[in-house]
Amino acid sequence: MAADPIEQFKIEKLVDFGTVNLPVFGKSDLAFTNSHLAMTIAFVMVVGFLTLATSKMQVVPGRWQIVGETLFGMIDNLAESIIGHDGKKYFPFVFTVFMFILAMNVLGLMLTFTVTSQLAITATFGLITIGLVLIIGFVKHGLGFFKLFVPSGVPIVLLPVIVLIEFVSFLLRPVTLALRLFGNMLGGHVALKVFAGFVVALGAMSAAGGVSLLGLPGAALSLSMVVALTALECLVAFLQAFVFAVLTCIYLNDVVNLGHVH
Amino acid sequence: MDQEAAKQIGAGLATLGMIGAGIGVGNIFGSFLTGALRNPSAAASQIGNLFVGAALAEALGILSFVLGILLKYG
Repeated sequence: MAADPIEQFKIEKLVDFGTVNLPVFGKSDLAFTNSHLAMTIAFVMVVGFLTLATSKMQVVPGRWQIVGETLFGMIDNLAESIIGHDGKKYFPFVFTVFMFILAMNVLGLMLTFTVTSQLAITATFGLITIGLVLIIGFVKHGLGFFKLFVPSGVPIVLLPVIVLIEFVSFLLRPVTLALRLFGNMLGGHVALKVFAGFVVALGAMSAAGGVSLLGLPGAALSLSMVVALTALECLVAFLQAFVFAVLTCIYLNDVVNLGHVH
Repeated sequence: MDQEAAKQIGAGLATLGMIGAGIGVGNIFGSFLTGALRNPSAAASQIGNLFVGAALAEALGILSFVLGILLKYG
């Protein structure tokens, strides 16, 4: 195998600030890494895109405004339909997370380092989301938050089991949120790299001439596979950001409309 | 058996869990198509549910994939 498919996920220090001694965590490396750079580019892209989309606002939207309005309207609809009347209040958070993850996914596919293929980043997103859910739950309902684990209409005999299952599934929420995004990005990019590696390896093999020329059709097949996979990855990049937004809305809805369905 | 070999085989076996995710996701989209062809007017409103279901099913497969990666490179 020519290139290690995992190597693309290696964090490299671009600007090293040396180590610092933090009170709780001990010695920590401080550096501006390629991950930081990619995140900064994603941030600039999101802000730039939305500024561009809203710079010349007209009743009949131009091209940029249509794209901006479509994304905005999609998440707005989502928050409204899942959370209901209160959805407007939580829309900014959902939209921010959606746009940032979408930008990182798409940029990781095209230009920069894939930030969302780092478990630390996706885990942070998961923890922020579930932390917000916990805060809203406790602020809105106080200790009534724990009713989340006690569904209504459950026979009293089954209650301990159901509560346990609900509790464990709640604890798994940030884990699955983080792992889904991380796994999808990692898996997709590894598959891309493996097929791209086949192209180079088979092409180099067929350079010897003779029987090994049979490697050329294989290389061509791998190349078309890379193109097809890239198209699929574009879909996945968008879909994972969307799914993250949908699940954020669902988890928020659990605590916002606790105890009554709408 | 060599420990490194056992690790590689274990990583391969761990990713077999993705079979279940594949079946699950296929099932979801198949059922959606069956339902959507019977009542196309209701299909558009269920796209969101479709992707959430697919994502939830896929997450469990991803767990095994991540486990495999951890075994191989961890």
